[in-house]
This record gives sequence, structure tokens and C-alpha cells, in this order.
Amino acid sequence: MMRDGKEPYTAVLHVNGEDRPAVFRPADTLLHVLREKLGLTGAKPGCENGDCGACTVQVDGIPIKSCLMLAVEAEGKRVTTVEGLRGAPIQESFVKHWAFQCGYCTSGWIMNCDALTRLRPDADEKTIEQWLQSNLCRCLGQAEYGRAVQSLLNRPPAT
Amino acid sequence: MISFDFAYYRPTQLEEAVRLFGELKRRGHSPLYMAGGTEIVTLARISQLYTEAVIDIKAIPECVQLEETGSLIRIGSAVTLNRAADSGIFPLLGSLCDATADRTSRNQITVGGNLAGRIIYREAVLAFLVADSRLVAAGPSGMREIPIAEGFREVLRLQPGELLVRIETDAEYAALPYFHAKKRQLDVIDYPIVTLAALQRDGKVRMAFSGVCGFPFRSAEMEAELNRPALTAEERVDRALSRLPAPVLHDIRASADYRRHVLRTTMLDALEALEGTR
Repeated sequence: MMRDGKEPYTAVLHVNGEDRPAVFRPADTLLHVLREKLGLTGAKPGCENGDCGACTVQVDGIPIKSCLMLAVEAEGKRVTTVEGLRGAPIQESFVKHWAFQCGYCTSGWIMNCDALTRLRPDADEKTIEQWLQSNLCRCLGQAEYGRAVQSLLNRPPAT
Repeated sequence: MISFDFAYYRPTQLEEAVRLFGELKRRGHSPLYMAGGTEIVTLARISQLYTEAVIDIKAIPECVQLEETGSLIRIGSAVTLNRAADSGIFPLLGSLCDATADRTSRNQITVGGNLAGRIIYREAVLAFLVADSRLVAAGPSGMREIPIAEGFREVLRLQPGELLVRIETDAEYAALPYFHAKKRQLDVIDYPIVTLAALQRDGKVRMAFSGVCGFPFRSAEMEAELNRPALTAEERVDRALSRLPAPVLHDIRASADYRRHVLRTTMLDALEALEGTR
């Protein structure tokens, strides 16, 4: 069926373990819909150009810059925002290592670092460096973010 | 925020995507095929791109195929750069993908999108250029295979309405000695001053470049000079540099003179790595 694009798009997005009905434009980014339609303001608008990483969320467990993804593309996928982590080990590690300053970019860092520690639990220095290059911090907290990640990697499995 | 509206379609079959494109085009909707969509979203946001319809190809199985079958590597156009690199299926391509944008963005940027993009610094294509890969496209008249030297000259050259389905590469190229260097102005994530990808096959060096001129390229004239016998590496590189296909870029990242200097030293590094000569 041909559509003219001006009709609102109605979809159920699966966010943080819940089905969330939403009405939006096909041209709306996931970042916009999360914040403006679903009230989830954890993902932050920074550059809105895919450079800063402040808007990072996870889609099917993989870190994604939500300013670069259309909300309509997320239909049928599992979206996780920082609100959905609820006390994940990486959040505790960020607190323990003082891995935040002004806080604006923190949720983006946490979503990326959470994925790194889950998907690459044996990550080496090069892998960590590569993953952490995806986010910017104007307060220069990179060393603390690295330490927060390191503390969760290469640990023996819990017995 | 994107200031204009467009319709969104997610076909699950190649034929459906091509038919949709034709129908939307006839209705004047200026459709675009979309894979990762990162360039469409960023350019649309700043009004440098306009469309009334996007056709998302990520649900089409042929476009997300990534496999090596016997003597052939098949990489679907909607395979992400991270998936291509992490598979280890084609090490030179993986190295180029790993140096493009940043890790998170590469979860969205696709191999096909990198070939089809408007940004002049496209780097995944360099691996396919030096490996004589073939593009497989679907269009109103069916599927066709296009040698990359024909299908990618400065930009991706497909027929109107054609969709890039996959890129095919003979598996032997994945095992050849290769060299890759990306020289940036200062940071680890930036567009290149010079990106050079090289392979050595049958004792001959093949090189492709991005960031040097206003488009990515591989030059038969330059390679003829680079593989000229009985000359030093410096002499061969200097002769090759006299055969560049277009003026060297001169912009805020680097002057043309500096770019040419970086290019020369990087080409010498490539020859040293592949031939052991200097």
C-alpha cells in the first residue's frame, strides 16, 4: 500500500521490558520518540549527529546511537535505555569509581560500557579503547570510565 | 529533528523492494533505499537530503547475508561494518571497517551504505577495489553482476531503481598479504588525510586510496608505475604520484602539499611492508 508519509505511524515499541504503544512520524528518530513520546529522558540529545554518544541506548543488546536510528526501525526489537538497567553492575561500578562529573553524557557511557562488559567480558586493552572511543565527555572523565569498565572485566565466573 | 515527512517501507523480498521503488518513483516520491540509514538521517536533519519515501532493506535476507562458500565471499549490502569486521571473513576489509567512524556507529553503518554514501571518505570500498570484487544488483530487469571497476567509478554507479544486494569477492584475496593505514589530522576518530589499502598478488602491488582526491579510487596507471621493475621504491612512488587521477584535496584537514607528503610516505610504508623494499 502506498503511503504519503504524512500519516502518523502507530507502533508498539518494546522498551525496558514493556510494550509501549506510540504514535510518531516515520521521520522521527528513536531518540526523539523515547524522550518526547515515551517520557524516557535518560538518553540525551547532544550533537544529534552520531558523534558524541550521549544518546546511546541498546537495541537487541547492542549499543546504538538513538539519534541515528529511526524509531520505526526499532519496531519488533528490544530497546533498553538507562532507565531499564535498574542497578546493573556497571552502574554500581560507575559510582564506585567516580565515573561521572557533570552527568550529561553519563547515561550514554553507561549503556555502551554495560554492553561492553556483557558482550566482551574478556576484552583486552585495545578492545576497551575501541569501544570507549564511541562516547565523548567534555569533563574529561575518560580515565574513570575506563577504570569502571576494567573492574568488571576478566573476572572469574561466580561460583 | 528531521523537518520533513517521508513514508517508510520495510519489504522482505528483493522483488518487492524493486517494485516499490519503481512505483514510488512513478508517483514522484523520490524514493531512497536505506540500509543503516545513518547518512540519510544526518543529512536529512540538516536539509542536505530530501526524500518522500525510504525503503529499508534490512529485512531482505539476501542483503544481510555474510558467508564464505568454497571459493567465494558474499557480503550483503546491509551487513554492518562491525559484523563484517568481527567475522574475520576478509581481513583487509575488517581493518578498513574498524577504522571507520566509531565502534557504536559501526553497529549501524553498513557495507553497502559505505559504498553508496555521499560523504567522499568511503573506505570499505577500497578492499573491494583491490580485490577485483563484483557487485550484485537487483533491478527491474532482474539481477546482474557488475565488476567493481565498472560499478564504482568515483561513486557507486547503478541503473535507476537498482538495489545493491551484495558484494562478492574471490576467497583467495582474503589470504593475500595486505597493508592498511589511515592517517588523520590528530584524533583517533576523524576523516582521513590519507587512507591507503594495498594487497600483493602474484608479486604485484595493488593500491586504493581515500581522502587523497575528492573520491575513493584505484588507478591502473599508478599501479603500472608502482610495479615497474628495476627502480627504487622512491622512484616508483614518485612516478605513481605523477599519475594521480585528480587534484589532491586542499582543505581544513590538510593542505594539498602536506597530503601529498603523507601520501608519499604512506605508499613507501606500504611497499616496505609488502615487498620488504625501501
